[in-house]
Amino acid sequence: MEKTILKQKKKIKRCKEDVVFDAILFIVLSVILVVVAYPLYWVIISSISEPASVSGGEVVWRPIGFTLKGYKEVFDNDSVVRGFLNSLFYTFCGVIVNLVVTLPTAYALSRDRFGGKKVVTIFYMITMFFSGGLIPTYLVIKSLSMLNSMWALILPGSLSVYNMIVARTFFKSNISEELYEAAEIDGCTQGQFFFKVALPLSSAIIAILVLYYGVGHWNAYFSALVYISDANKYPLQLVLRNILITNATALAQTATTEAARAALREKQAIIDVMKYSLIIISSIPVMVLYPFIQKHFVKGVMVGSIKG
Amino acid sequence: MKEAAGVRKVNIIKKLKKDMSLWMFCVPGIILTFIFSYIPMYGVQIAFRKFNAKAGIWGSEWVGLRYFERFINSPYFGTTIRNTLILSLYGLVVSFPIPIILALMLNSFRHPRYRKVIQTVTYAPNFISTVVMCGMIILFLSPSVGIINNIITALGGDAVNFMAKKEFWRHIYVWTGVWQGMGWSSIIYFAALSGISPELHEAARCDGATKFQLIRHIDLPSILPTATILLIMNCGSILSIGFEKAYLLQNDLNLTVSEIISTYVYKVGLIDNNMSYSTAIGLFNTLVNLILLIIVNKTSDKLSGTSLW
Repeated sequence: MEKTILKQKKKIKRCKEDVVFDAILFIVLSVILVVVAYPLYWVIISSISEPASVSGGEVVWRPIGFTLKGYKEVFDNDSVVRGFLNSLFYTFCGVIVNLVVTLPTAYALSRDRFGGKKVVTIFYMITMFFSGGLIPTYLVIKSLSMLNSMWALILPGSLSVYNMIVARTFFKSNISEELYEAAEIDGCTQGQFFFKVALPLSSAIIAILVLYYGVGHWNAYFSALVYISDANKYPLQLVLRNILITNATALAQTATTEAARAALREKQAIIDVMKYSLIIISSIPVMVLYPFIQKHFVKGVMVGSIKG
Repeated sequence: MKEAAGVRKVNIIKKLKKDMSLWMFCVPGIILTFIFSYIPMYGVQIAFRKFNAKAGIWGSEWVGLRYFERFINSPYFGTTIRNTLILSLYGLVVSFPIPIILALMLNSFRHPRYRKVIQTVTYAPNFISTVVMCGMIILFLSPSVGIINNIITALGGDAVNFMAKKEFWRHIYVWTGVWQGMGWSSIIYFAALSGISPELHEAARCDGATKFQLIRHIDLPSILPTATILLIMNCGSILSIGFEKAYLLQNDLNLTVSEIISTYVYKVGLIDNNMSYSTAIGLFNTLVNLILLIIVNKTSDKLSGTSLW
């Protein structure tokens, strides 16, 4: 009985206009999906195709041939491997510093009983709207002799105000003051409470912060461009820039004989394919994290959007 | 009177003591922010001095507004500000409404599984780094091996060197930004939409509303406050387009449209080593942004009652 009513309801709901509307929606969203996905897909298939067919423009819908030459070229490139390892290390250390700085601040600001709440909030708000700018910051880093050191990449951005607000809102709505009061009666201090009660209950927000900060460190290149000049300390993004954008690998020689020219063309094709492989390899760490943390996205943005 | 002040003092000390442990929580963040944000704010005064590395900030000669005057009188003043403004406004007009439309469409989409796929895929480009993004743009548009030109030549056209043509530069910058950011930016609207009570939709349905009417009269009004706040924030940063993408997509042939304030500040300061001049330009930029933000916020407060503070 109920089922038939439901069915009827559904029939009534889908009037003619709605059918047209749904169809348009379906088409438009499918087009968006293809437009977004195709370039990503194309990079993947190009990275495993025969170099000659990629540069010849034959690769369109599916890989042509199968070869890992591009990947081999990437792993043979010392600066890429070094950059990859540097970036992993910087990201790891950076995220730890970020968490150590952000979580306690966010926790303190989430407590209503904290008398310094207003002062500290204003202290951080000012930095959102006003900053010294590139050169004054550079001079500070220089006078601390942190040029060419990992700390220049990690410490200046150790607390992002936006992420701190996200975490604060999370603590505010998930770790109640009453909980602390109960623990306080049993002789628990704020420090103990934070480490033994609050943090274990906050894995969701920690995951979100790890993603936001981690991706930020992994993808950053401006601070390295400014502060790191020693090529052995380059993070991956700076190495990528030299290869992908300024084309440091382009072949300088010119060939005179036909055979040499053919060899050169082949070499250039491999280098081009290597670029696609490089794009894939540089994205692996983020892609590994992505599925684990994706389910928290909407929640994270929601948490951050609540004012208060 | 004196007594009252004394009592207040005791109260403050008492309060500080009570909050001591919470203050300790804030110490690392405050120290680091002080060093890396507040000391540079203080160092911004080199914009008014002829900076000399040996003499330090205090020892450098005070020159007042000389560098600001120099910037305003230089040919770069017009070019960089115009380029920044055009790029920024173009970006805003295009990339502000698109995520809203996407979120509205996704919200009224009937296939939850397929919707999940679309969301997952459209979020992904957000995580691509700027360097890789620009690398992809350059590769795709390359006149010799790029897929776009392969398609053009396959259709019988002539290959176009897109990156060398300055009339394409702004479109490339803005639309690749849309490609990369629309999914991620739509999340916040999608989250706001999922907060709408389903009863509202059901009631409207009973009164015979079509799906389009539901969007027009329920969904859109309910995300308007979120959209307004984001619009204000965007307007406040209209002169502060990020350095990274513009710098990477620059080349000598498109420099007349691609030189924006932040790239110019970088070049003047760290490549030409003209630190005071660079700081003056940066400070000018920050001040204009601040003024814009205040004006937009005031206007929005008056018009719609939504404001940042």
